[in-house]
Amino acid sequence: MEILVCVKRVPDTAENEIEVRKDGTDIVRDDLVYSVNEWDNYAVEEAIQIVEKVGGSVTVVTVGDEDSEEVLRREMAMGADNGVLLSDPAFVGSDGKAIAGILKAEIEKGNYNLIFTGAQADDGAGQVGGMLAAMMDVPYASLVNHIEVLDDKKLKVGREIEGGNQEMHEIDLPCVLSIQTGINEPRYVGIRGIRKVASVEIPVHGASDIGIAADAVGAGGAKVKLVDYFMPELGEGAEMLEGSTEEIVDKLIELLKAKGGLK
Amino acid sequence: MAGQIFAYIKHNEGVAEDSALELVAAAKKFAAGAAVTAIVTGSNVDALCNDMAASYQEVWKIDNDALSYPNAEVLRKVLLNILPNDAVILIPHDTFGMDLAPGLSIKIDSPFVSDIVDYEVEGDTLKAIRQEYSGQAHTHVECDISNGLVANIRPGVFQPDESKGVSGQVIDKSADTGDLTTGRHFLEIVEAEAGDVDITKSDVLVSIGRGIEDEENIEIAQELADAMGAVVSCSRPIVDAKWLEKSRQVGTSGQTVKPKVYLAMGISGSFQHLGGIKGNPFIVAVNKNPKAPIFQVAEVGVQADILEFMPELTEKIKGL
Repeated sequence: MEILVCVKRVPDTAENEIEVRKDGTDIVRDDLVYSVNEWDNYAVEEAIQIVEKVGGSVTVVTVGDEDSEEVLRREMAMGADNGVLLSDPAFVGSDGKAIAGILKAEIEKGNYNLIFTGAQADDGAGQVGGMLAAMMDVPYASLVNHIEVLDDKKLKVGREIEGGNQEMHEIDLPCVLSIQTGINEPRYVGIRGIRKVASVEIPVHGASDIGIAADAVGAGGAKVKLVDYFMPELGEGAEMLEGSTEEIVDKLIELLKAKGGLK
Repeated sequence: MAGQIFAYIKHNEGVAEDSALELVAAAKKFAAGAAVTAIVTGSNVDALCNDMAASYQEVWKIDNDALSYPNAEVLRKVLLNILPNDAVILIPHDTFGMDLAPGLSIKIDSPFVSDIVDYEVEGDTLKAIRQEYSGQAHTHVECDISNGLVANIRPGVFQPDESKGVSGQVIDKSADTGDLTTGRHFLEIVEAEAGDVDITKSDVLVSIGRGIEDEENIEIAQELADAMGAVVSCSRPIVDAKWLEKSRQVGTSGQTVKPKVYLAMGISGSFQHLGGIKGNPFIVAVNKNPKAPIFQVAEVGVQADILEFMPELTEKIKGL
């Protein structure tokens, strides 16, 4: 199985308080902690596990700037065989459709049976996988939390749906799957693993390398345009309990008693 | 002028989901009095179509045994065959809508806006509000909808329009579906497994999220729950990490709970998590991050590290 996993470098929401710039053009990016998108990490782990069972190779690809190379290296340290960085000034500001188009152009240069994306990202719309499948005219399943290779032509997959239920499908290869968190337990990447792949060459492909017209992508080519960022109006919001911990605990206990929270 | 407006009706074997009437309200953001067409697909859906005709000016019925389960791969083909190219189509942003819509927008060549929490229409421009970074920042996005639009609307943000004062017309489009073969075949639904504890039965929940930091710390939450006579539940990351069973997860992809009191401990409060909390409980949020979205919905908040705060609370309650 030749598997391509599309990954993305994102600010880690668990590690950061997100602030919006005063002019609204972006979030404040100084001092943000970045990491690989959590969903993508599960996708890479799943790809590695499949290849361990049935053979083949795992390639990780991302669209981004030179800083994105670190997430490719991290996923290669996990066990992905190859990495490809799709980078070009023309790609900056691309909407989801343009990103899917850039990925499709790279995919057509290879010979992949199976394409993974993360089901979503904290700074995204959960759209690239479905768009990519439609552009490639291959089957798609989103929110996948179970994969079984039936033979070299089809998979059995489970989709996570509401209420903790699971929707089972048979899906023909090649196909695109968006991977949900929890499908596996991504392996730990240690400093030694990172060192091992530190000097591996990661090819960088720009617009002309993959046959993408520069004006079809980037901010200029976006059908859906990001106007600005803003902080949500907080409405009433919670009454924040203040004081020493002891005072707060006492107030909270009184409230819990009144509301039936203590038996 | 934007094209004809459609709303995709989600239902469970003929029973409409809440989103069916939420989309009536959402569609009113278009030009006042604009006619909206409901699309109902499935098997034996006559009663549902008649029901929808009380809320939508037109109902397109697509009745076919092969559509009895909503397989998005099949329904994308059906919609492509029946929709005009410049259709504006509203779809609930649930696990079905996420499966269906991005690909539909490519095939029908219209812009796609995902997970909309509010929007306005000015002429041919849609101005939508979306959330990013788990609700910590919002964005305005814009697109030209003169050649159509695929819009996924977040469930629960529009109040269902229950007025039902319309005498709409049901139009049978069942013959227009075209070829239904796809490379993805629905097999079955595997129901969630019951767990050791039924969190839906408890009036008081001590619910933990990422702030618990380590599997060993769950004991701290359990001690608090024991002192309160409560049960421990959790948000998604705790189940993804395999620290608690799936049956303990509150949220759209987990359990829907209706407690009297809900202690959100180190939970940021994503909309998927909040979607699993019903019945308007008294919510107490404890979180290190003062900007965590959970503080917008909680009645009472404490900015603190739960690993330090919970033991203090437990001790005091034990001493009562």
